Amino acid sequence: MKPQLGSLLSINQLTTEQIEAILALARRMDPDRPSQLLHGKRVVLLFYEASTRTRTSFEFAAKALGAVTTLVTATSSSIEKGESLIDTGWTVESIGADVIVMRHPNSGSAHLLARYMTVPIINAGDGMHQHPSQGLLDALTILNHKKELRGLRVVIVGDVYHSRVARSNAELLSRFGAEVVFCGPRDFVPEIAATLAPGVVVNHDLNAALQGADVVMALRVQKERLAGRHHSVEDYIAHYQVTPQRMKLAKPDAILMHPGPVIRGMELTSEVADGPQSCIHEQVRNGVKTRMAILAMVLGAAH
Amino acid sequence: MESLLIQRGRVIDPASGVDAQMDVLLRGGRVVDVAPAGKLRGQAKQTVNVRGAIVAPGLIDLHVHLREPGQLHKETIASGTGAAAPGGFTSVCVMPNTLPVNDSAEITRWMQAPQRSAIVNVFPIAAATVGSAGEKLTNFAALKKAGAVAVSDDGKPILDDRLMRTALQAAARLKMTVVQHAEDTRVTAGCSMNYGATSFRLGVHGMPNSAESSVVERDIALARATKGHVHVAHLSTREALEAVRAAKKAKLRVTAEVTPHHFTLIDENVGEFNAHYKMNPPLRSVADRDALIEGIIDGTIDAIATDHAPHAFHEKQVEFERAAFGITGLETALPIVLTVLHHHFKLPLWRIIELLSVNPAKIFGLTGRGTLAKGSHADITIFDPKKKWTFDASQSMSKSKNTPFDGWNFTGRAVVTIVGGNVVWEA
Ligand SMILES: [Zn+2]
Repeated sequence: MKPQLGSLLSINQLTTEQIEAILALARRMDPDRPSQLLHGKRVVLLFYEASTRTRTSFEFAAKALGAVTTLVTATSSSIEKGESLIDTGWTVESIGADVIVMRHPNSGSAHLLARYMTVPIINAGDGMHQHPSQGLLDALTILNHKKELRGLRVVIVGDVYHSRVARSNAELLSRFGAEVVFCGPRDFVPEIAATLAPGVVVNHDLNAALQGADVVMALRVQKERLAGRHHSVEDYIAHYQVTPQRMKLAKPDAILMHPGPVIRGMELTSEVADGPQSCIHEQVRNGVKTRMAILAMVLGAAH
Repeated sequence: MESLLIQRGRVIDPASGVDAQMDVLLRGGRVVDVAPAGKLRGQAKQTVNVRGAIVAPGLIDLHVHLREPGQLHKETIASGTGAAAPGGFTSVCVMPNTLPVNDSAEITRWMQAPQRSAIVNVFPIAAATVGSAGEKLTNFAALKKAGAVAVSDDGKPILDDRLMRTALQAAARLKMTVVQHAEDTRVTAGCSMNYGATSFRLGVHGMPNSAESSVVERDIALARATKGHVHVAHLSTREALEAVRAAKKAKLRVTAEVTPHHFTLIDENVGEFNAHYKMNPPLRSVADRDALIEGIIDGTIDAIATDHAPHAFHEKQVEFERAAFGITGLETALPIVLTVLHHHFKLPLWRIIELLSVNPAKIFGLTGRGTLAKGSHADITIFDPKKKWTFDASQSMSKSKNTPFDGWNFTGRAVVTIVGGNVVWEA
């Protein structure tokens, strides 16, 4: 069976078989042994938000498969004044894009673009909504260390409310039967977060949440978002920073993940980031492999 | 003198307690007689044979945005009233958030001038504060004299306690109504939909119910203190409904309207960022929707109003968070009310007419409307509650097509709309 993908907009859009197929293909991808699978294909990277990591990852992935990439960036001020997203999309499509990889500050922007374009859209992050390639690369990373996702206890700690990474991860992990614990201060982890998917729970006490955890995933916390809220930076660090002591509460073979960019001393300490349980660098490597697989599948070149 | 005889209809006039096979004679823009079928034969030059359809006092929409002056690409007074007529509305009360804002007697009169080519009655609701800026009250007396039927800063709620108190006092002296769009905009800044599981899943900031109910509760307290009349526009939450219910028990001058979309749709219907489900107040939860239906049935809700808010395609075909708030509603309101409230929830037709005509006329003090009593205005809506049809937004008479009800199957619609004794629309 060869699952048809079309655009990749969200985790929920994917069937379980499609997720498994992407992960299987990603495992076979090797960025160090370039191929010509996507020779002649034109990949447009449409970035309305600065993101060196995700952009570079998609760019390397495309190039490793022999595709040509073009970067189109827009500042938020040009969005306010300039042409509509749909018009920009049509322009990019008319120029000859075979696929558009888009990062955008508004939730739902990838869905909007996909409704009007004929070429597939890959959502590289839309507002607080989704970041499906991150969810997939994180699953690939977890599966490098754990036999299966079913039954795992995954603690996602940090600013869940503003995090598209949290949403994509929780939806994917829930689909495969993992237990997802959202943890953080109430402003960052409202009770409503538990409605996201089956098996998702909310716990505001990190020490309790970490008991028996197989995976600890720390999210980026922006200092500006703590300002003026009930929690100060000191409070956040005291209650929610992932430290070596706290990692001991999780299972001995628990792994530590972070989507980056890591702010050392904030979400986690250097000992944890660089410690033996850390998979942060592996996540970045898996990012390129996963995005190679996504591009191949979306462009119908996967066999 | 022009005369018209409406024959073979079932007249339902709740204000006079009439529900019978009667004929209605109109002359000189007034109802001159309502008599048993056949009795008035030969008394009019023109006759309309309505074959068993319901003959009701003309429907009155308390909450409409016609966009003129200023935003003619969305709607004009002519196009908007052109959509009101097939919707069965003989009168529309139009909100002041035009460009410029209708905060003067001059604009109020301009809106009602014959040059605007309205085909149904247009009753302006003037701004309560200058420019709807929430600082200085407008001249209510001058506005009323120019034809304004109420005051409101719809879309820009009056949050300042002292200002709302003075507005209610000034309006009470003139027997005017203050219409409040109840939303604590200090809480809802940056929000695009209801706060709940769907807004969380979509990663969109949500408006909590309390942003509406807190303002409604405050306004009720001020209505009690001032003896003024506050009318809650497009009430959407169960908490605000509860507050209105308590206020009515306490015999306060508090009335409320609900839109057809709020008792039909819920926030989940936004689906994957469909901007045709984006309006303010937003679609709420199932519990809120069900509470609204209960409130309509038990009489807590006085009126159904559309909040007809036309927008051009390009204002909706953008990122969900940047899309304009609002949907059109004039052509679908009566069909939804009949399909949902009458056929599904078994609300009797006379109650439907109360919600769409009798009570709206009372709320804004539109004398001689909302009734078919002899001498009243010859505004009449004739509708067929059994007619099955499908709404096609592309055929809408409104300039804008931003509706979530495109393709909906309805049971019931207007068949003839008469304004001032003239047939302005016929199916
Ligand atoms: Zn409003």
